[in-house]
This record gives sequence, structure tokens and C-alpha cells, in this order.
Amino acid sequence: MERIISFTLNGKAATVKADDERMLLWVLRSDLGLTGTKFGCGEGLCGSCTVIVGNEAVRSCVTPLKAVAGKRVMTIEGIGQHGLHAIQQAFLEHRAFQCGYCTPGMILSAYALLLKTPHPTREQIARHMEDNLCRCGSHVRILDAIQEAAGAAKAGA
Amino acid sequence: MAASVVVESGMKRRDFLGAAGAGLFVFFGVDLAEAQEPGRLPGRQSGPADFNAFLKIGTDGRVTCLAGKVELGQGAMTELAVALAEELDVALDTVDVVLGDTDLCPYDMGTFGSMCTPLLWPAVRRAGAEAKAVLVQMASERLRVPVGQLRVAAGVISESGKPSNAVTYAQLVDGKRIERHLENVPVKVADFKVIGTSPRRKDGPDKVTGKAQYAGDILLPGMLHAAILRPPAHGATLKSADTSAAEKMTGVRVVKDGAMIAVLDERPDIAVAALGKIKAEWENPPAGADDKTIFDHIQKTAPAPRMVGQSGDLAEGERLAGSVIEETYLNSYVAHAPIETHSATAQIEDGKATVWASSQAPFQVQRAVAAALGLQAEKVRIISRYVGGGFGGKTEADQGVEAARLAKITGKPVQVVYSREEEFFYDRFRPAAVMKIRAGVAGGKIVMWDNQVFGAGDREANPFYDIPHKRVTSAGGWMGGNPAGMNPFAVGAWRAPSVNSNTFARESHIDLLAAKAGMDPLEFRLNNLTNPRVRRVLETAAKQFGWKARRASGGRGAGMACGMYSNACNATIAEVAVNRATGAVEVKRVVMALDEGLVVNPDGMRQQAEGSVMMGLGYSLTEEVRFRNGEVLDTNFDSYRIPRFSWVPKIEIVLVDNPQMPALGGGEPPIIAMGAALANAIFDAVGARVRQLPTTPERVKAALAKA
Repeated sequence: MERIISFTLNGKAATVKADDERMLLWVLRSDLGLTGTKFGCGEGLCGSCTVIVGNEAVRSCVTPLKAVAGKRVMTIEGIGQHGLHAIQQAFLEHRAFQCGYCTPGMILSAYALLLKTPHPTREQIARHMEDNLCRCGSHVRILDAIQEAAGAAKAGA
Repeated sequence: MAASVVVESGMKRRDFLGAAGAGLFVFFGVDLAEAQEPGRLPGRQSGPADFNAFLKIGTDGRVTCLAGKVELGQGAMTELAVALAEELDVALDTVDVVLGDTDLCPYDMGTFGSMCTPLLWPAVRRAGAEAKAVLVQMASERLRVPVGQLRVAAGVISESGKPSNAVTYAQLVDGKRIERHLENVPVKVADFKVIGTSPRRKDGPDKVTGKAQYAGDILLPGMLHAAILRPPAHGATLKSADTSAAEKMTGVRVVKDGAMIAVLDERPDIAVAALGKIKAEWENPPAGADDKTIFDHIQKTAPAPRMVGQSGDLAEGERLAGSVIEETYLNSYVAHAPIETHSATAQIEDGKATVWASSQAPFQVQRAVAAALGLQAEKVRIISRYVGGGFGGKTEADQGVEAARLAKITGKPVQVVYSREEEFFYDRFRPAAVMKIRAGVAGGKIVMWDNQVFGAGDREANPFYDIPHKRVTSAGGWMGGNPAGMNPFAVGAWRAPSVNSNTFARESHIDLLAAKAGMDPLEFRLNNLTNPRVRRVLETAAKQFGWKARRASGGRGAGMACGMYSNACNATIAEVAVNRATGAVEVKRVVMALDEGLVVNPDGMRQQAEGSVMMGLGYSLTEEVRFRNGEVLDTNFDSYRIPRFSWVPKIEIVLVDNPQMPALGGGEPPIIAMGAALANAIFDAVGARVRQLPTTPERVKAALAKA
């Protein structure tokens, strides 16, 4: 059903007039121009479309627009609004990417993990990141980067 | 490195936008005949013949290198910047590398075969060295100081002992236009400041912030997203299509052009929804092979074999051996499965087409788009700035042609982004392969080796072991030239084409021969190898691993394999745990020793090796494309399982020091030995010899039942 949906996007008020059954991914990318959120599989299987809704990492390719009405949504464009976030910094330092296509989803999945579990073990990180797919094989570095970002967050806290 | 300027198709070097204006330019190239796998793709269509890259030092002092290679994630952008920062004595962050743009960059056939580092990189270095020599000469004249008394640091040339008498690169080139071709200016041989360090990646800031624009991230005013009707199976033909329901949707446009039926909308998901409303009837192809029967099919349909290695007399070898061990090894079709599906955005303005395409070979896409639109190649610009993984699967870019055709028909910019299902369906898979080996040993030596390869291709089929009596033949392969119908769909290059299959078969069989000879796999390999570089990586990996002649049991075991590719050497040792009840294999640890010649960027090389371990786990353990009668049954990541975080083993990469050898390609050699190392480790762990990759739980259990 086409209607007006309002939510908070990267800290600012956003209003979209659209069919509320449309998936958030496409609204973000084509209606709102935020292309940092990537399409990978369309079925919530790869994690490259991950965004934060409230405090949760969700797969925007299977999240209908109506599900974010009145909620806070954060994309990769919003995570480092005051300079790079500690997770982004750690990804840079560990070169935790190659082609970079899965990277926004990886960073946002990690962000949600650290919100809930600020000091995760390596096993907890791997379990949380399990359904974020990386074809270049940067897995070890992604784990290292998240672990370091968690440490940095700890030091800064 | 031709000295003369040859211009084809009316294209002059100043036609490259980046080559306009003031500054110092060095034009250079690599030998295309050697560098570009000439058998694979048609020759160059346009562009100057005497160079295929150039560097510019601008009046702002920035160094820009333009080359037709593409940044696929392998780190080409960073490595080329390292070469220039080193030779020019400038800070890495003052070097810009522009890749994958047919208007800005000179011709390049494509980014494949691990060739950036061995071929382009040395040329870039020499260009940097030459540019510096030119600048130093200019500084000498301007400062009235002999060249020998000048020193260079951070783009400033100054008199030794008198730093105030100085001039910057920017000041030297200001208001001038200096053009040079590559001469034989020597590069640095020691005291590297940047080479051998592991700098941050040039593409990092864009990639961690979401600013990196891939082909599907280009948004243009009025742009339409296209969804295209696809057959349910390869070989199916369209009988009828009722598009009326789609046409009734507000804003949706249906285009029929030749065999293509596309629906377009300003919103990509609406285009896909409209496509779903088309009622299409298809005539299915006749029954054909499936993923079980394909191996017989390939042997029956393969073309005449080529001889790829021969020595001695097989009958004599067999007589020496007394008995032979004969096995057939199988390898499945695997998908490239980049996370970015094939994507393109096309715009046509004033008779010129611009197509952003996820492609490893933008100049080949340029040619294809030009042909489809009836334009001259120089009226087509392809931009492949960032590509979300290639692995050999983005050499062709049909989606670029589709987007361009639709842009021409609709008069609007058009974007085509393959769904995951389309990505699997149209992938040019690594071909399924059959490797038959008969071999014999006598006194700890391999005396006879008879190997027939079907479907995989020739590369590295000829073993590097010392074997007096051998014959190796190869029929069909990934590079084309297969009889129609041999493969039920397109096949192509998949990271280290041919070599994963041939190495799996050879190194599995070597372990069988070692057991027959009553020798440890390491001892047996070394006893049959004189190649010093392969011996060295084997010994290095064994030492790092702590290889022992007798290894632990209880479902745990270790296996080794070695291989060569593009002159690089690899020895891989894996430790696995095998669950006898379920057949599940867990990889605990992978040690890999690599001889990659001079290592330009150690961390970049490690990244490629770690990535190869992870991607190698996929083709070794789970990845195979299932299909039946032309229908590809794997359509997404639920059934086609690629490696995940829980699979990550302890990874130890050892780069053996070999700076006397030129830098070798690093993207492919690290992946080649994973299949055999894991198969040999499974055998060591539970005594089950799995002769087909991937070593799925079912195959491990079946092998256990026979063990």
C-alpha cells in the first residue's frame, strides 16, 4: 500500500512516499540515493545489505519499508558522521577488505554486535558474523579488526 | 618498448583526457603478446600501439598513473602507487592511480592471469625511475648543480649539503609539457623506502565509508532499472510471452528487442515485480547431462587430446615399476559467486555511450558495446572503477551490452543489475574435469606417469617432478575450443584456471605413490624433486607446520601438496578433523609457504594468500554447481555454500625470501594446492581417499565405507 512512512535516517528525519511493502534496500538505494548499502542476494543470505534498525542489524533486502516506520535507521553513510568510527578505522588498519563490496554490511553487523556485547570473544564475533559473506576471503582480518575495535571502544569508554 | 609512435583508429595520445595539459609524461607499456593471453580474446581494437600505460607529474606535484587494469580487490591500485612512490621519492599519498577507464587509460586487454605485478608493475617502476631522472636533469640545469650532487626527498630536489638550493617537482614541470617514452633508466636495487613495506590500501577510505562506487551505484537523472526475461534452462527457447499485465503497471515500460524482453522502471524492485507478471512459455531443451553424469559425458565429448608433456618410454617405465596405481580424479563445476553481481549503468548522450560496468576487461566491453550500438569504439567509454570481486568471472560483461541497448531504445540511462539467480545462471563456471593417472614407483622414485586430462585445461598438467617416463595429454578446457555440448553452459577462467584441478589430481596421486613406496609424503616428494624452489617451499612449510613422519590419529590428520603456477611456487599443509559418523571435515590449520619472487607489498601478498585459503576451502569442501537438463539448480547462497567465518582455520603464510627473482603474480598461485592438501589430510585422518572435489560429507562417508 502506498503511504507516507517517516523514520530517522542517519540521525535526520526522513519521509518517503512509497508502497510500504517495498524492501528497505531499494528505497535506500534508489529513492534516497544511499548506495553504500549493497545488493548481494535479495534473500537475506549474504549480509551485504545490512543496516541498523533501532539497535539491531537487519537485512534490508528482506525488511519491508513499513517495518522501519518511526524507527531509527543507520546505514554505512551514517556510522562515521564525526570522522571514522572505530570499526572503520580498524578495518583500514587491518586491511580487512579486498573488493570492498561486503564491507559496509560487515561494518554494520559488527556495530550491532558491539552495541550488545562490547567485549566479545573471538568465537562470539565469528558466530555473530557467520551469515555475512565475503568472497575475497578477508575473514581473518575482519575478525581481527572487530576485536581491535572492541578493544578501542573499551579503552575509550 | 617500441620507440616509434604508431597510432591506430585515429586515436592519438592526447585523446586521453588525462594526458592533456602541462606536466611531465612518461608513456610506457608491457609486451602485449606475452602479457595478455593472446589466445583468449580478440586483439586490440583501438589506441596507440606503443604504450599501454602512462604516468603524469602535474603542476600540482601530484603523480598520476593511468593504466587499463582494474582494481578488483587484489590491490593493484596500491601496488602501482608503491612502485611510483619508491622510484620518484615521493610520499605515497601524493600518488593517484586511475584504472579501468577506457577514456582516461590506455588500452589493456584485461585484468586476469595474475599479471599486474609481474608485468605492469616493473614497467611502472621503470617509468617512475625515468621520470625522476628527467626531473633531476632539469633540476641540475635550473640549480646549476651537477646531477651527482643532488638529492631527492618527498618530491623536492636539493643540493647536497645546501638544502636551501632546492626545487620541487611541481616547480620543474610548471608551464611545460614534456613527453618521454620509456628508456633504460635503471630502477633502485636496494635501500627501498616503500617497496617491502605494507602501507594502507589506497582504496581503503572509499571502501570503509560506502563511498566506493560500483557499477550499480551510479544513479543518473531519469534512469530506468531493467529486469530481463531469462530462460529457465540453458538451451530453452521462448514459445510465447504475455507481457500485458506488466505493461498495465503504472510507470513500467516493456521493451522487446530481438530475443530480449525487458521491463523497466525507475525503481529496481518494481521492475523485478513487473517481470514476474510476464507469462512466458518455454520449450525445454532435450534431456542432457546432470552433475552426476557429466564426467562420462565430458570424456565422451572431449576433443582430440593435446600432448602437453612427454619423455622416455611408458612401457619401459611400467616394466621398471612392476605394477602401477591407477585412479580417476573428478572436479566439479564451481561458480565465481562474487558478492557484487554483474552490474552496469549505461548512458547515451550526443552520440557517445558511457557504460559503468563491473568488468575485468573494460576494453573488451567497449568493443562489444560499440558493436551492439553501431558506434565507433572511441564513441564508447567504459568505466570499471571499483569491481566487487571477479576471480575470472567478470571478463565478459554481457550486462553492459544489455544496458547500452536498452539505453539506446528508451533514450534514458538504464541500469542492469543481475539477480543472484541470474549470476549463477550466466556464470562462466570453472569447468568440470576428469583426470586419469596411471603411475608407478621403483625404489622410492617415480618411474612412470601417464596422465590424461579431460575438461580442465593444460596448465600445470605436466608434473614438475623428475620422472623419466611420462606422457601427459589434455583434451578440452576452460579457454574455449570445446565441442558444442561438451559443457551444458559457458565455462571460463576461475582463479588459477586448470591448475586447481590438475594439482588436486597430481598431488593426491603422489600421496598414493608415497604410500606404495612406504615413504612419508614429504620425504617422497623431496626424493623425486630437484627443482630447488619447490623443494624450498616444501621444506619451509614442513618446518613451519612441524611436520612429522607419523601424525596423530583419532580423526585428526594432516596432508600436504605443492604446486607451481605462473612461475610462483606453493607448498600447503593442512590439518583437519574428520567426523567419521557424519563425514564432516573441519579444517583446523593451514600452513602455506610461497615463493613469489620479489615481494612488493608483503601484506598485500598475505591478503591474497589468506583469501586463497578461504576461497580454497570452498572449492575443496562444499562448492559444486548442481544442474539438470540445462537448468542450474543452485540459485543462491542457501544451497551453494561458500566459506564463512566459522570455517576460518588458523592460517600461517610464510613468504620465502627470493628478491633475485622478479615480482610474480600473487592472486592465483596461493589457491592451487588447497584441494589436494585437504584430500590428503582427510586420508591421513581417517584413511578415506576422496577422489572427487568437493569432499562433501557424503563423499567422505562413501570413501570411509571403502577404506
